[in-house]
Amino acid sequence: MPAKFQPGDNVRVREDYSPRHIRTPGYIQGKVGSVHAVRGPFKNPESLAYGGDGLPAVYLYQVRFPQREVWEGYKGGPKDIVLVDIFEHWLEVPNG
Amino acid sequence: MGPIKREEHGLAPWEQRVNAISSALSAKGLRRVDEGRRAMEDMDPALYQTLGYYHRWVVGMETLLVEKGVLTKEEIDRVAGQIPTRR
Amino acid sequence: MAEHDHDHDHGNGQPHAGMEPPDDGAAAYYEKRAAAIEKLLIEKGVLAPEDIRRQIETMDSKTPEGGAKVVAKAWADPEYKALLFKDARAALAQLDIDYGEMNVLVAVENTPVVHNVVVCTLCSCYPRPLLGLPPDWYKSLEYRSRTVVDPRGVLKEFGLDVSPDVEVRVHDSSADIRYLVIPERPAGTEGWSEEHLAELVTRDSMIGVTRALEPIAT
Repeated sequence: MPAKFQPGDNVRVREDYSPRHIRTPGYIQGKVGSVHAVRGPFKNPESLAYGGDGLPAVYLYQVRFPQREVWEGYKGGPKDIVLVDIFEHWLEVPNG
Repeated sequence: MGPIKREEHGLAPWEQRVNAISSALSAKGLRRVDEGRRAMEDMDPALYQTLGYYHRWVVGMETLLVEKGVLTKEEIDRVAGQIPTRR
Repeated sequence: MAEHDHDHDHGNGQPHAGMEPPDDGAAAYYEKRAAAIEKLLIEKGVLAPEDIRRQIETMDSKTPEGGAKVVAKAWADPEYKALLFKDARAALAQLDIDYGEMNVLVAVENTPVVHNVVVCTLCSCYPRPLLGLPPDWYKSLEYRSRTVVDPRGVLKEFGLDVSPDVEVRVHDSSADIRYLVIPERPAGTEGWSEEHLAELVTRDSMIGVTRALEPIAT
C-alpha cells in the first residue's frame, strides 16, 4: 500500500478523545498542518499497547503546524512551528 | 506549569535496576514498549502527576506483569512486606 | 498529552497496581515493590540476574560522547553530514555506534535562521542509544508541556535568546522517530580536529535547549 499523503499536502488531525492509549497528542487534534516528511510504515502502537501484533503497519508522517495556529495568543516568533509525528489513520484531507 | 527544575541526579541503584528489568523484559518479548507506556498511563491521573519518574515505571511494570499473569499483586505485596526499610 | 476521563474498564477488574502508597514515604514504598518484583521474577525463572546485569552494562556504556562524535564529524566532513541526514543509522555505524533496531533516528540541523528543539510530550522518548539516559528535566511534566506551547520561554530559562526572525522548530517525538539536533558550529573553530570539536558539543545542545560551547578565547 503506498503512503496516502506526500510532503506538502495539507492534512487535518482527527479528534478522538475516547480513553485509550494513543500517540496523537491532545493539543494537536483538530488542527490543520502540512506534511513535512513521510516515514514508515511502522506497527500500529494502538494495537501493540493492548497485546496486538500491530499489523497492518501504518505510515507515519511528520506534520508541521504554525505555532500561532495551534496556540491562542502564541507569543513566539511568527515563523515558529511545531512538528508532530502522526500516524496515517489520524490524518484526513481538510474540508474546503 | 512552573519553571523547569534543572538539578540532575545520577540514577540511584534501584532506579537503574527498574530500568534494567524493564529492558530485560522487553528483550525477552515479555513487554512491548507500547504496552509498558499504556500500562503506566492506565494509572490514576492524579497519581501520575504526583509520582516521580521511576515510581511511575514501577507502577506500570507491576500493572503489566499482573495483567499478563506473570506475577500476582498478592505475592508482590507479600515479598515487598518482607523487605526491611532502609535506615 | 492525551487527556481522558478515567472511568474505563480494566479487563480483569483488578484495582490499579500501586494505588496510594502509605504516608511514611512513597520512595521507600516503590523501591520495595521494585525489589519484590525483581526477586519474584528471578525466583520464577522469568529473568536471570545475568539479564539484568547486561542491561545495566549497556546503559552505562551509552553517554552523550557518542552524539558529540557524530556532530563533530558532521561539522568537519560535509559528506558525512549528508549521510547522517540520509541514513543516520548507517552514519552512526561508521563510528561503531550501534543505534539498535527499536526506533529511527533523524538528524536536524540548526542554522542562523532555524533553531530546532526536541521534546516528547507524551512520555520521555529520547535517542538513548546515542545519548544515554535523558536528564531529569527532560522527563519533567514542566518541560514536556511548556516546550510545545512556549519554546522560547523554555530556551530562555536555559540561557538561550533566539531572535524573533529565527524559525523555532519544536519536534515532538510522539512515535517511532527520535531526533538528534546538530547545533551550529561555533565560529573560530576552522581547521579543528574532530576530537577537539567534539569537546564543544554538549548533551543539551543536541537536545536543542542550548548552543554548542564557544572556543575559549586565548
